[in-house]
Amino acid sequence: MVETIVFYTLSGLILGLGVAVITTPNTVHSVVFLVMNFLGVAVIYVVLEAEFLAVIQVLVYAGGIVVLYLFVVMLVNLTRESEAHQDPRRLSLFGLALAGVVLLELAGIVVYSYGREPPAPVAAAATSPVQGNVEQIGWLLYTDYLIPFEVASVLLLVAMVGAIVLAKRELS
Amino acid sequence: MMDITPAHYTVLSAALFTIGVIGVLVRRNIIIIFMSIELMLNAVNINLVANARHLENLVGQVFVVFVIAVAAAEAAVGLGILLAFFRNKETVNIDEMNVMRW
Repeated sequence: MVETIVFYTLSGLILGLGVAVITTPNTVHSVVFLVMNFLGVAVIYVVLEAEFLAVIQVLVYAGGIVVLYLFVVMLVNLTRESEAHQDPRRLSLFGLALAGVVLLELAGIVVYSYGREPPAPVAAAATSPVQGNVEQIGWLLYTDYLIPFEVASVLLLVAMVGAIVLAKRELS
Repeated sequence: MMDITPAHYTVLSAALFTIGVIGVLVRRNIIIIFMSIELMLNAVNINLVANARHLENLVGQVFVVFVIAVAAAEAAVGLGILLAFFRNKETVNIDEMNVMRW
């Protein structure tokens, strides 16, 4: 019962803030709505018993990525209306219709997936020698998923170098 | 009221993903488009976490860790490209970003 109330409240909050992000004309307001949206998703993670991801969501998304966006919004100091010029070949209504097609496709997938017989239960996860959400995720990351973990760290290094090279001014 | 099933979370995820798609397709400010992409990644993460709990298997949560790492890399590089472009063209309107259009 409690989960029902929490779920519907959070869903309304997340979807409303998501709509606010893409409809607000002021980009700074849009970033603020995005922060609140990420915090709502973090609460959803707590409800779903993923405490580690909730913390990571707040630290990396609401803390890091959004600050990056805010920096760029401030650096890109717009002196004129950013959406003033419109390509006459651009069809916004067509884009909206395409998004409707995506929604229909997703709805079809949901109906198909949950309307069938429930699938045979998957093999239970290998019993982990540790207890607790953070410990179990750490265990998985450093045993079964060690190679992807290292690749992700290399990806972050490459992204860091790339961002610095792209953002620095030309020498000379 | 009925209990919350994984289907509820999947529907929430689909709705949030569609909001992100609308943002990408309809808005012309490229910063808003980047934010819509983050919304879509979040929708995928909700789906993964909900099914990880449903199946009592933490691998879904490990995948979300990787998605967050890739999202951080994407935001850094994407905004770097945007800054480099803005320095040349003084615009964030994608309708004016057509130097590489055939």
